[in-house]
Amino acid sequence: MSQLEPEALTPAPAAVVGAGVSKPRKRRRYSLLTRRDKLVLALMVGIPLAIFLALIWGMALVSVGLAFTNWDGVQPIKFVGLDNFTQLFTTYPFFWPALAHNVLWLLVFVGFATPMGILLAVCLDRQMRGSRIYQTIFFTPVVLSLALVGFIWELQYAPLAANGFIDSALVNMHLVGAADAPDWLGDSSTVFGLPFPISQNILAAILAACWRHIGYIMVLYLAGLKSVDPSLREAAAIDGANERQTFFHVVFPVMAPINVVIVVVTVIEALRAFDIVYIINKGKFGLELLSTLITNNSISEASLLGFGSAIAVVLLTISLVPIGIYLTRVMRSED
Amino acid sequence: MSATVMAGQRTTRNRARRRLSRAGLHIFLSVLAFIFAWPMLYAVYMSLRPYGEIVINPNGPFSLPSTLNLDNYTTVWNGYPFLGYYWNTAVITIPAVILTLWISSMLAFAISKYSWRLNLLVLMLFTAGNLLPPQVIIVPLYRLYNLTFAGLPAIPLFAQLSDNGRVYDQFVGLILIHTTFQTGFCTFVLSNYMKTLSKELVEAAMIDGAGVLAVYRRIILPLCTPALAALATLLFTWIYNDFFWALMLFKTGDKRPITAALNNLSGQFFTDPTQVAAASVMAAIPTIVVFLALQRYFVSGLTLGSAKG
Repeated sequence: MSQLEPEALTPAPAAVVGAGVSKPRKRRRYSLLTRRDKLVLALMVGIPLAIFLALIWGMALVSVGLAFTNWDGVQPIKFVGLDNFTQLFTTYPFFWPALAHNVLWLLVFVGFATPMGILLAVCLDRQMRGSRIYQTIFFTPVVLSLALVGFIWELQYAPLAANGFIDSALVNMHLVGAADAPDWLGDSSTVFGLPFPISQNILAAILAACWRHIGYIMVLYLAGLKSVDPSLREAAAIDGANERQTFFHVVFPVMAPINVVIVVVTVIEALRAFDIVYIINKGKFGLELLSTLITNNSISEASLLGFGSAIAVVLLTISLVPIGIYLTRVMRSED
Repeated sequence: MSATVMAGQRTTRNRARRRLSRAGLHIFLSVLAFIFAWPMLYAVYMSLRPYGEIVINPNGPFSLPSTLNLDNYTTVWNGYPFLGYYWNTAVITIPAVILTLWISSMLAFAISKYSWRLNLLVLMLFTAGNLLPPQVIIVPLYRLYNLTFAGLPAIPLFAQLSDNGRVYDQFVGLILIHTTFQTGFCTFVLSNYMKTLSKELVEAAMIDGAGVLAVYRRIILPLCTPALAALATLLFTWIYNDFFWALMLFKTGDKRPITAALNNLSGQFFTDPTQVAAASVMAAIPTIVVFLALQRYFVSGLTLGSAKG
């Protein structure tokens, strides 16, 4: 690892850690580190870094490379240029629906689940009786795996014949006839007659995901709210601001670091969505997502490694946007 | 006189209004709490109902029970190797949590306590890598895991850890990817935590002649116990809950950890939703117990990660 220049190893004040990268050292500090110490530090960083680079970033790069080939895992690898992408964007029928589903997932998270989590955090931040109990209830879904969330919600969403609770309740309360009971997870017809390829069952899956996402955001935000200097609120109250004004004009702006984290978490979770739809039907019949297209094309059902990698490249490119935002943020707080 | 009366009226009115809004808030939160708890309560309820009783009931599952018992649990427990699934989960989760904390604490120590060229870049590579959707790397990773090359058996202990000459379909493969992936997050959290520790401690120890390893083990690690405990709770839950890696990197059904095994069973063997409910509850119990017992650590682990970002 070329970045581990032993000469540069000196104990440093925490604040200099970030700045040390670019700032030329004017005065050579007396190094307390022996040669053995430097070797130990180099190994401490070098070994995990090598494994991490190989398994994570290396694999991401190989994915990019494979996207320009038609490798099927058996035949020799052949370079095909942009063929996979052309096919993906023009003739492959599932790409645009999958992308639309990921975008919808994100929109529902951004427009509903995340604001809902923030609202709950704001409500629970006041000194009030039972706050801990509410928090525990809202947060419990977060400790369940997304796969279990899928199973638990299947019990609600299952069709009438399979004893789904929602349909059974609707029919027994005479809100719908037994024949008209919706098939929440099976009906892939376009919702509200939209021309946009958004199916009814993806909305049901997203709602189940929201159940978990809301509690996650609530806890993150609640911790942020607790760290807001109380004198800020007092000052706002003395100036005659009501609670809503205090939140939007005083608390929300000083929460900027947490707000970035929450945006990033929301976007990443929406892009990673996989488990729930896979549990329901392996991500088909209206439940296509970019993530399930990758595994279905390249591993589970077919062995189109080049084509699947092209989808992975699309997902990677989109993911780099929130990751970039996050890193700029980290960089800034290091300075 | 009238001024004080008016002021008094205003405060009582304000107090009344505040009490009313507080009552409204409680109603809003209780309704929402019920909606949130419902799917879990219903899963427990279903798991306790005999399926036959639901089938003959004209109201289906939307009904009060005539009997509740643990039959679904005994059926599922006796019918499938559940103990084995829990064991598989433990064999993957416990080493992965320990390894992740060990490696990431050393990394964070080297990054936050010593200044060297490009250490911020290294931290960013770890942090950003942890945020990648795992599906982005799965295609080549799957092929890599399936490779059998001459060098592999030369690795010490490899023969004991893998019975097919590959890392695919092996516990060691799953431990490897979990440890690698989670190291990114933990390094980030721990290095932020260590930056808050006084640097004089390190310098004083080093002037006294302590080596890097001694500083790490005797000074930094003990001070990081709260952060390590919080992260351990979090990592346990995340790795226990993993579905994707186990699904992609395991082939043998009996080797699967519980979450992935459940998917296998529900697709092929479970005949009715009450059994699915019982199995789901059984799979959920360990994480819920850990969460309720260690809630404080759990939440502080999550917030450590976001407090500075």
